[in-house]
Amino acid sequence: MFFLKLSVSSIAMTAIAATSAVARDQVQVTGSSTVLPYATIVAEAFGENFDFPSPVVEGGGSGAGRKKLCEGVGENTVDIANSSSRISQSDIDLCATNGVTEIMEVRFGYDGIVFASAAAGPEFALTPADIYNALAASVAKDGAIAANAATTWADVNASLPAQDILAFVPGTKHGTREVFDTKVIIQGCKDSGAYDLFLASAEGADDGEKEDAAEASCMELRTDGRSVDIDGDYTETLARLDADPTAVGVFGLSFYQNNTDKLRVATMNGVVPSTESIASGEYPVSRPLFFYVKKAHIGVIPGLKEYIEFFVSDDMAGPDGPLAEYGLVSDPELAATQAMVAAETPMGPLE
Amino acid sequence: MTDTATPTPTESLLRPSRLMSRRNAAERRFRLYGITAIAISLLVLAIMLFTILRDGVSAFRQTSVTFPVVLTAEALDPSGSLDAAAMAKVTTIGYGKVIDSSFLAFLQAEGLAVDGLSDKDARAILSKEAAGQLRAQVLAEPALVGQTITMTIWTNARIDGYFKGRVTMESAERDGNVSPEQLQLADLLAENGALSRPFNWQFLTGPDASDQRPEAAGLGISIIGSIFMMIIVALLCVPIGVAASIYLEEFAPKNRWTDLIEVNISNLAAVPSIVYGILGLAVFINFAGFPQSSSLVGALVLTLMTLPTIIIATRSAIRAVPPSIRDAALGIGASKMQTVFHHVLPLAMPGILTGAILGLATALGETAPLLLIGMVAFVDNYPSLSAAGALDPATALPVQVYGWAQRSDPAFIERSSGAIIVLLIFLVIMNAAAILLRRRFERRW
Repeated sequence: MFFLKLSVSSIAMTAIAATSAVARDQVQVTGSSTVLPYATIVAEAFGENFDFPSPVVEGGGSGAGRKKLCEGVGENTVDIANSSSRISQSDIDLCATNGVTEIMEVRFGYDGIVFASAAAGPEFALTPADIYNALAASVAKDGAIAANAATTWADVNASLPAQDILAFVPGTKHGTREVFDTKVIIQGCKDSGAYDLFLASAEGADDGEKEDAAEASCMELRTDGRSVDIDGDYTETLARLDADPTAVGVFGLSFYQNNTDKLRVATMNGVVPSTESIASGEYPVSRPLFFYVKKAHIGVIPGLKEYIEFFVSDDMAGPDGPLAEYGLVSDPELAATQAMVAAETPMGPLE
Repeated sequence: MTDTATPTPTESLLRPSRLMSRRNAAERRFRLYGITAIAISLLVLAIMLFTILRDGVSAFRQTSVTFPVVLTAEALDPSGSLDAAAMAKVTTIGYGKVIDSSFLAFLQAEGLAVDGLSDKDARAILSKEAAGQLRAQVLAEPALVGQTITMTIWTNARIDGYFKGRVTMESAERDGNVSPEQLQLADLLAENGALSRPFNWQFLTGPDASDQRPEAAGLGISIIGSIFMMIIVALLCVPIGVAASIYLEEFAPKNRWTDLIEVNISNLAAVPSIVYGILGLAVFINFAGFPQSSSLVGALVLTLMTLPTIIIATRSAIRAVPPSIRDAALGIGASKMQTVFHHVLPLAMPGILTGAILGLATALGETAPLLLIGMVAFVDNYPSLSAAGALDPATALPVQVYGWAQRSDPAFIERSSGAIIVLLIFLVIMNAAAILLRRRFERRW
C-alpha cells in the first residue's frame, strides 16, 4: 500500500499545482533554430550577471515560434519569439484575435548564408546565375526555356571545376530556404535571362500575377537528384558532405565559421563571405534576424525587459560582442534598436 | 526348404532415407538462419556501442589548466565595502579581465611564450565559463577579495580537442577558432605540468551551456529532470495501471464494454508517442494551465504513454497465476478481494514489477512527446530539489542528446555521445533491476 499512499500524495500535489496559479519567474523564449545559438549565448550570460534566472530558450522554427507568441496573453504563453524572417500579416492578425495587440519587433543583426564544399575539394567561385543554371528545373538555353541538362559545374560555367553537380539545399520548412530562393535562385533566374522568358510566357490577369507566376517557375528546382533538400539542420548537411565530398552544401555563416577546418567556402560574385563583407552589403546573400516581444508581459514576467535590453546591448550584439564572435553580423543601426527597446515602442503595421 | 532371402532394408537409423536427410538438412539450415540472425543483431549492437564509446568516452575527461588567480580588490570590489550588492555590479567581463591578467602573469612567470602569439590569443585558450564560475565563487565568499587563489580552469573546446585528437596542427591552420600557435602554447603548458585532464564531474552535474562553451556543457539539469519524471511516472502509472488490471482481470464482467476497453488499451499501446505530446500540450498546458517545460507536464504525458504498456504487462502477470490458487482461497472462505490482495497480487508481483520497470525504461528514453511541451529547450537553472521543483523548467536526458547533436561546434558531438553513454547506463541499471526482481521472486508452478 506504499504505492497507494505515494500516489495519493502526488495526485494531491498535482491538484494543488493546478489550482494555485503558478507564478512564472523566468522568461520563456521560443522560435527559430537559427537564432537559438545566439539566444542561448545571451541567456547564459544573462543568468551569470543578473539576479534573474536564465531564460528558457526553445528552438522549433520561426513560424511555429510566432504562432506560439500569438496564442494569447498570460503566464502560460511565451514572452519572446525568435525569428529568422519578418513577421507576416497573418501572424499579426492571429495575434490580434488572441488579444496580443502590442508586439515589439527587435532586429538585432544579420546572418549570412554561404555555399561550402569539403575542405579537400577544389575552390568554387559562384554567382547566383551559376547556381540557378546548375540547380533549376528549366533554364534559358539559346533564347528559349529548356530542361536543365547540365551534369557538371563546368557545363554551367567553364571556369568552375568539372565536378558532378550535387547540392544540398535547405528544405522548404526552413527560414533559410526563403533567403536561398529570393537572394540566389530568383536573382540567378533574372541574371541568366530565364526570368524574362518565363515572364513572356506567363499566364495571369495582370502584370503582378504574371511576375508571381514567373517567380514561381524560377523557384522550381530540378528533381533528378542533383539538388537535394535537407530537412534536418546544418549538422545533417555537414554529415552528407562528409559522405559525398564532391557535393556543395548551404550553411549559415556562423555554422561555417565553427567548422572552417572541414569546409571550404565558395565566393559569391567574387566576394568571400565574412561578417565584414555582409555588413557592408558586398556579399549579397544575407537576412536580418529578429525577435518579437509580447509587450503585455513586460513588467509582469520578471527580467523580461532586462533580458531584451541586455540582448541588444553593445556588450552582446555589438560588433565586438560574443554574438559577433559567434558569427552574427552586427546591425549598423543597433543604437536605434536600443532606443526603441528602452522606450518599449511596439511595431507599427507592416508596410 | 524355403528360400527366403532376407530383404535388404531400404531404410535404417544408420542409413537415412532421402526424406530423412532432407528433413535433417532443413533443420540444420534453420539453425544456421537463427545463428545468423543473432550474429547480425549482435554485430549491429557492437558497432553501435563501439561508435558511441569511441566518440563519447572522452567527454568524461576535460583538459584544465591550473594557475594562481590574483583577486585584486580594485577590480572586483571598487567600493571597497565588501558589500554584496555593490560587488554584484562587477559583471563577468570584469572577472574575465582578472582571470586573463592572472593567466598572462602566470605565463610570464613560468617563461612560457610562443612566437607570434598575441596576448589576446593566449588568454583565448581559457574557457569563457571561468569568469562566471569565479564570480559566483567570490560573491558567495566576499572575503576572498584581495587573496590569491589557485584555480583549475577548463581550456576551450578546441584545445581540449587537440589533446583528444579531434584537432590537429593541420586542421588548426584552416580553423578560424584556433591557431597552431595556441596549440603550441598548450603543448608548453602540458610540459610545464599546468595542464591536467581530471574526471569531469561537471559533465554529470553541471547545467547546459551555450554554443560558445561546449567544454562547460553538462547533464545535471537533464538528469534531475529525468529523475523527477521517472518518480512521478512510477507514482502515477503503477497504482493506476495495477488497479485497472486487477479490476479488468478479476472483477469486471465479460461484456461488450469490457471488450471495447480491452481493444482500446491495446490500440493505445500502439499509438505513436508524439500524439501524447499533442494531447499533453492541449490538456495540461493550454487547459489545465501547468507551466511549460516543467517535468510535471512531461511526466503526465509519459504516464499516459506508459499506462497501456503497464496494464498489458500486469494483466498477463495476473493471468499467469494458476486458478487453483484462487479456488483454494475462495474455497476456505476468503472474499474475492482477500483472494486478490492476499494471494493473487503477491504472486503476480514479479511480473508486474518487471513490466513496470520496462515501461519506465521506455519512458526514460522518449523525446518526441517532450518536444511539444517545451522540454526540448536550453535550461540553465537547476530546478528546486523539493517536490515543487517538478514545476520548474527542466530537460531530460534523451532531449539533451538530441539538442547537442544539432549544435554547430564539433565538440558537442563528443558530449552528445557522452550523454548517450549516461542514458544507456541508466537503462542498463533499470533493465538489470527488472531481471533481478524476476529472478528473486519468480515462482514456478
